[in-house]
Amino acid sequence: MKGFCSIAGLILLFLCLAVTARAGQALPAWLDPVEFHGYAEARAGWRPEKGPEETGWSPLEARFQGDLSAMYDGFELKLKGDIWADGVTETVEDDLREAWVFTRVGEHTDLTVGRQILTWGTGDLVFLNDLFPKDWQAFFIGRDCDYLKAPSDAAKVSIFTPLAGVDLVYTPRFDPDRYTDGTYISPGNTSSADTPDGWFRDDEIALRLNRRVGTWEVAAYGYKGFWKQPSGTTPEGVDRFPALEVYGASARGQFGPGIANLEVAWYRSMEDRSGTDPLVNNSERRYLLGYARDMGRELTISLQYYVEEILDHGAYANAPGATRDRFRQVLTCSMEQQLFNQTLSLGFSGYWSPTDEDAYLRPLAVYKVSDRVQVTTGANVFLGRSNTTFFGQLEDNTNIYTSIRFAY
Amino acid sequence: MNTHSKTIPAVFLALWILILTIPCGPALADDLTDADEIVRRANHAALYPGDDTSASVRMVITDKLGRTRKRAFNTLRKNHPAENGDQFYLICFKSPADVRKMTFLVHKHDSPAKDDDRWLYLPNLDLVKRIAAGDKRTSFAGSDFLYEDISGRNIHEDRHVLKEITDRYYVIDNIPLRPESVAFSHYTATIDKASFLPVKQAFFDKTGAVTRIIEATRVESVSALENGQERHYPVITCSVATNIASGSVTEMRVSNVRFNTGVSDTLFTERYLRRPPRRLLR
Repeated sequence: MKGFCSIAGLILLFLCLAVTARAGQALPAWLDPVEFHGYAEARAGWRPEKGPEETGWSPLEARFQGDLSAMYDGFELKLKGDIWADGVTETVEDDLREAWVFTRVGEHTDLTVGRQILTWGTGDLVFLNDLFPKDWQAFFIGRDCDYLKAPSDAAKVSIFTPLAGVDLVYTPRFDPDRYTDGTYISPGNTSSADTPDGWFRDDEIALRLNRRVGTWEVAAYGYKGFWKQPSGTTPEGVDRFPALEVYGASARGQFGPGIANLEVAWYRSMEDRSGTDPLVNNSERRYLLGYARDMGRELTISLQYYVEEILDHGAYANAPGATRDRFRQVLTCSMEQQLFNQTLSLGFSGYWSPTDEDAYLRPLAVYKVSDRVQVTTGANVFLGRSNTTFFGQLEDNTNIYTSIRFAY
Repeated sequence: MNTHSKTIPAVFLALWILILTIPCGPALADDLTDADEIVRRANHAALYPGDDTSASVRMVITDKLGRTRKRAFNTLRKNHPAENGDQFYLICFKSPADVRKMTFLVHKHDSPAKDDDRWLYLPNLDLVKRIAAGDKRTSFAGSDFLYEDISGRNIHEDRHVLKEITDRYYVIDNIPLRPESVAFSHYTATIDKASFLPVKQAFFDKTGAVTRIIEATRVESVSALENGQERHYPVITCSVATNIASGSVTEMRVSNVRFNTGVSDTLFTERYLRRPPRRLLR
């Protein structure tokens, strides 16, 4: 797959160069609907505690993104990829982020096939029924927030009926999260995990039914696949991804002067339904309640209360090495203030868990120097009393970073 | 030559206005005296002509140091079939880079008791974000126009007083019913008697000083079919918003205006928010 990505990345670059070289000349008619954009970005961060690669600089990268899109009668194409020189791993990396074809099949059906970014659910940087891959590592080390979503190699069918909208996503081969693998973040799962990778055997199916009820949007969700991060071990101690089914529902709508959202999900750990197997994660229920509103000129604030409940906690707690409480509660807060005709944005998002006694804070300032140039600076601050809680274990990865981006 | 280039558009403008007045002849015969009726007609002329309309919009924002920023987007608007003043808007941004391909969907409600429903689609995250309606008096896309200038300030939120009638214009003073909800103390709207388009709006602060001005600098007539009959809709195709306090000026040019193309209600749903129709992306 890595080889394929590199080749695709090179093809992308070649296409970009070809199109750019021709700009200003008359393009052949079939290239008329083609648009080419992208950016070049330099990003540098510093961490007080050295990371796994024994450097205090993280992230440290010079990145180039190419983005080709084309609209023809009846279908749309997209090709988007990154290539970057990474100063932490001292390698040149690439990542094909999108490569898909979209078409409307008849009056009521849309189809997208290929590598694509997928998102649903109501949470603000909290995901319950969205089981599409995330890149938490990119998020934690201070890459652009867009990189939190990792691509899926999937087919998405959307059917629009008067009763409800139906979205069905089929991923023929399991796409795990890009979790902390010990490259930029410690601790991480450095040993290679036993990842299900059989085409059409280790597949994922995600379903969403949605409709509007008055000004509220309600949705029901289903997922059949695997835990997205290693959530079990083999008897030999190798990390693995046990089977998972998720069922859930959400509602989002106008409530008073703001927007309220409510979401629940039931995670059924299919290889440990009784919760007695200490080598496999127990089932969980997850709950989210949120509220967002404008608090004055160009200031938006959102608050969320999120709970993870481990089912059959009694059976779990008896096993050696059990560190998690039955309930993990997290409060999130995010605010954004736009200033100077929206050229300067001051943002803050924070996660705080009173049960785990840990927190994760993300201040961010973005200044748009011009339509093409954007400068950002921000930080990822991890706090915690214990090395076993979710954010607490990441305490040594606190970092500050800055970047400059030129778009074309 | 210079004199000609200035007078010719003026002659055209006058001619347009003359043409436009023909269908609404009776309105010319007598001046209206009811401020609410004038405002209602102006609101209709500016925001509701036709059943639906699409257009390409370009904005140039120039700050007091002369630095410019540009915005380009396409819009699609449809009046709610029930003719209750509700409207649907779909806006697709083309530039600059950081907002390219973002789409914005608004279900506008005429009743002041009901906030508009607004959604923003962020293609890089495939995220449909619902936006708290709250403060509509925030900048639209970083320009000197506010959301409220684009989708229209609700006429029920102000008390209207007819201040002056000139040969060509009605001048209406608008006093907010909830002064605490806005940053201005009142604003005047200069409304063309013939087209009923508001050609100038001036916003005043508590001291009586002008803080912001919006002026229509170009009006064109766009022909379209309405119920099988050809009609001409007067459209403001260039307007300038000046923020006197910050010294920033935004020029907004509207082109490719089309009316009554038979846009379906289904275009104003999550389906097309995520994947806008092709005509809106060009």
